[in-house]
Amino acid sequence: MQFMLVFKETTAEVSRRDDPSAAPAYWGAWQAYVGAMHGSGIVVSGNALQPPRTATHVRLEGGKRQVQDGPFADTHEHLGGYFIVETASLDDALEWAARAPCASAGSVEVRPVLPPPAGAAS
Amino acid sequence: MSEATAAAERVARESYGRLVARLAWQWRDLAAAEDALADAFAAALSHWPQQGLPDAPEAWLARAAQRRLLHHARHTRLTLDPRVTALLDEAEPEAPQRPAVPDARLQLMFVCAHPAIATQVHAPLMLQAVLGLDAKVIASAFLVSPAAMAQRLVRGKARIREAGLRFEAPEDRELPARLAAVLEAIYAAYTLGRQALDSPAGDLREEALFLARLTAQLLPGQAEAWGLLALLLHAEARRAAQFDAQGRFVPLQAQDPTSWSDDLIREAETALWTAAQLRQPGSFQIEAAIQSAHAQRRATGQTPWRAIAQLYGVLVQHHASLGARVGLAVAQAEAGEPAAAVALLDALPPEAAGYAPYWVARAHVLGLAGAPGRQAALQRAIGLTEDPRLRDYLVAQLG
Repeated sequence: MQFMLVFKETTAEVSRRDDPSAAPAYWGAWQAYVGAMHGSGIVVSGNALQPPRTATHVRLEGGKRQVQDGPFADTHEHLGGYFIVETASLDDALEWAARAPCASAGSVEVRPVLPPPAGAAS
Repeated sequence: MSEATAAAERVARESYGRLVARLAWQWRDLAAAEDALADAFAAALSHWPQQGLPDAPEAWLARAAQRRLLHHARHTRLTLDPRVTALLDEAEPEAPQRPAVPDARLQLMFVCAHPAIATQVHAPLMLQAVLGLDAKVIASAFLVSPAAMAQRLVRGKARIREAGLRFEAPEDRELPARLAAVLEAIYAAYTLGRQALDSPAGDLREEALFLARLTAQLLPGQAEAWGLLALLLHAEARRAAQFDAQGRFVPLQAQDPTSWSDDLIREAETALWTAAQLRQPGSFQIEAAIQSAHAQRRATGQTPWRAIAQLYGVLVQHHASLGARVGLAVAQAEAGEPAAAVALLDALPPEAAGYAPYWVARAHVLGLAGAPGRQAALQRAIGLTEDPRLRDYLVAQLG
């Protein structure tokens, strides 16, 4: 089964990326985690994302385009990255989710991938 | 919280296992007993604040739950055990005694460990049936989605109902096999409780210790019950030493032995001695003996690695689990044979690659052997580790 692991980080955790004393441990933990996932052969695809301040939001309101820079102001957890993994069960996916560095400094959302509707496949 | 609410919660904590075990026995239906007891607690919460705390709260709850079960039985026309009908005729059930050894709970644990129930449900079912933990807490402890855990528990109870006639203490010949499942479940609960950073899953640790003491007291002739108790007590004795004042992880070899709990070590050693007198060797006793050997450092300042390696060797012969084989390799390396230790690790099956302690051990053993690959193994260990405190420790080892 395919699951998406959606990694969310608290504002404090995100700021460790820019803190010279915390950044090596921060990146070291993520690099090891992603390495272990690849090493176990479960990764279908996935990426880390640039920090939330690089985000741009777009929406249409009454047909008018609204474009906004940065994360939503009232967000406590920020999207840090995502992976699609292939595991035997939800339990296995949860086990990998719990190993993510942000599991203890944010959260990991685990969702089954919706298979394409029958007939939509090429 | 009102006084009545507090009283209800206290009674719930103290008597839940006893009450549910008794009701499940009389009615041969664990799920119905739990439902009835939940209703009884709800009734207590609405009645007690107005009418005052009854003289015998536990008897009050038992009566309320009995009424509920009888009501339900009339509707579903269950064929009742004559003992149940007789019991219902009693106008006033006497206030339950408080036996020093409430063995209905242990019987219930044996039912939960029934071979007809899937192994992975044994421990969750025991925790729910005997301790009254809810499915969500249990799901978090076992890292399973709450809906899935609730479903597994329901299925487990349905199996118990189907096997209703086996709602009796296992026969002597069944005891060893069932006892092993009970002990495994208690051990699993303790381990899960240890991993948890704080409650509610942390409470699992206390509950597991409680169940281990209870089991050993109730089955004093079973050496493995004492072995498990000794093992858990040794682990518990070092719990405070595992993290320093800043909350950083401290590995066993770096721990200050004077910070280990004397009382718990003594209790552990007594339990292990009791087990040894029974002359029934088993895995838990060997694991407890290994921990006992580590505890010697408190008296001698030295860890007897050679003896520990021998004990792991015996453990592997008993039960060649991944953990035991990894432990053997580390002990051999520490005892001065790092090359043999590397060979042992190389020979492990492929599933070791998903086991964080394997990579921690591999990094350590390669370091002792002066062989390359230590960094890569550490990386893998970091990636597979769930505990943020252990992860920080390992990241610091990358150097």
